[in-house]
Amino acid sequence: MNAGERAVPTGMLAAGAATFRRDVVLAFRRPGQMLQPVVFFLIVTTLFPLSLSPQLSQLRDISPGILWVGALLSSLLALESLFRADLEDGTLEQWVISGQPLAVQVLARILAHWTVSGLPLVAAAPLVGASLAVPASAFGTTMLVLGLGTLCLSGLGAAGAALTLGSRRASVLLSLLVLPLAMPILIFGARGVDLAILGEPTRGPVLLLSALTILTLSLTPWAAASAVRISLE
Amino acid sequence: MATWTWFHKLGSPPHVYRIAGRFAPWFGWGALLCIVYGLFGGLVLAPPDYQQKDAFRIIYVHAPAAWLSLSCYTTMAVAAFVGLVWRMKIAHAAAAAIAPVGASFAFVCLATGSLWGRPMWGTWWEWDARLTSQLILLFLYLGYMALRSAHDDLQRADRSSAVLAIVGVVNVPIIHYSVYWWNSLHQGATVMKADRPSMPSEMLVPLLVMFLGFTLFQLWVLCTRLRAEILERERNARWLQEQIRDGAR
Repeated sequence: MNAGERAVPTGMLAAGAATFRRDVVLAFRRPGQMLQPVVFFLIVTTLFPLSLSPQLSQLRDISPGILWVGALLSSLLALESLFRADLEDGTLEQWVISGQPLAVQVLARILAHWTVSGLPLVAAAPLVGASLAVPASAFGTTMLVLGLGTLCLSGLGAAGAALTLGSRRASVLLSLLVLPLAMPILIFGARGVDLAILGEPTRGPVLLLSALTILTLSLTPWAAASAVRISLE
Repeated sequence: MATWTWFHKLGSPPHVYRIAGRFAPWFGWGALLCIVYGLFGGLVLAPPDYQQKDAFRIIYVHAPAAWLSLSCYTTMAVAAFVGLVWRMKIAHAAAAAIAPVGASFAFVCLATGSLWGRPMWGTWWEWDARLTSQLILLFLYLGYMALRSAHDDLQRADRSSAVLAIVGVVNVPIIHYSVYWWNSLHQGATVMKADRPSMPSEMLVPLLVMFLGFTLFQLWVLCTRLRAEILERERNARWLQEQIRDGAR
């Protein structure tokens, strides 16, 4: 690596930025894996019209729920592998001995994970929304609350994934841990989409969801960091 | 620091084992007395409710169970915090001992609430805010216990589940209020009124005694289960083997 010849920036933020860049680059080198949650999202949301009713008027009533349950399940899919490979190849140990605050590294990982798994879901939301008779006027709010909600979920999920490191049957366990904690996100998010479809002001749920996201992102990195430490002991 | 000696002593398994053994019978008999009196007072002496007739009597089990399911979670989170911060193994043992108790009370609360709801509301289950947040609390307990049992290494299980208990306790108020908010949007007046009609003392006193009895029962179960946890965790320790050889309790 020639990077050593240049003056490599050191510090908390530089280390976090390096982790973020590495994660995103690695994800883009495996586009198939990256697209899996989106494909899952599309398939799950297709199941609802098939099992309930193809009538658009009825679908419009339940579309916020379908969108959100689909998004919740798809982002759970990508969570299990959040730290696992890094535990196996020793990256997590390097994080700990690097002297950089572990929580910042974890936050970078959360943001990177959201960029490669949450944002594609947000991008797919208008497509799914249109198929569920969501009016185009509600697409903006839907994408906004889905973006906030998936970011929040990435934070919660990071804590869950770190806690289940080195345990048996981690994927089922992870959903058992994360889903109850994610219920407020579901409530605010689905309400936001619901109000947007009805053409009413969505300020309330959007602001509450933003507050929840900020709170989650400021606390879960610490929880995930201490869980990572525990798994390395 | 003489004031802190009692706290440091709580870190020693033999000490806690002895203390828990000494207090357990008091809690146990106290709980039995209170519950027998409370049940008699509530089921026999108290007059029937003017509206719900005799069906209201399930409150003597339902409300104390609801209270205990919350207090067990708080106890568990406090114990987990102490265990994580001061690396006190006994605190982890206490958290492990109390989780199934809290989960059972959450279940009892849901089950009795459901039985109560059938004659009163005409349905086993209502998506009422209280019921829903109680259900989520049960899920949190189940997640905690599942995480604990998924780790083979005891220390790792202790510390991971402690982090989860703390994350959970931060989330409980958020879940609680979001569920209320969600519920108030979907149905008009809630089925259960927040302000209960004031109770006559013949109804209230047995209920308060039941609360006390259930709390003592929780303490008794906690002491007993904690002793069992200590026995299991310290099975190779010399003090325990000596104690068993001497036949001391």
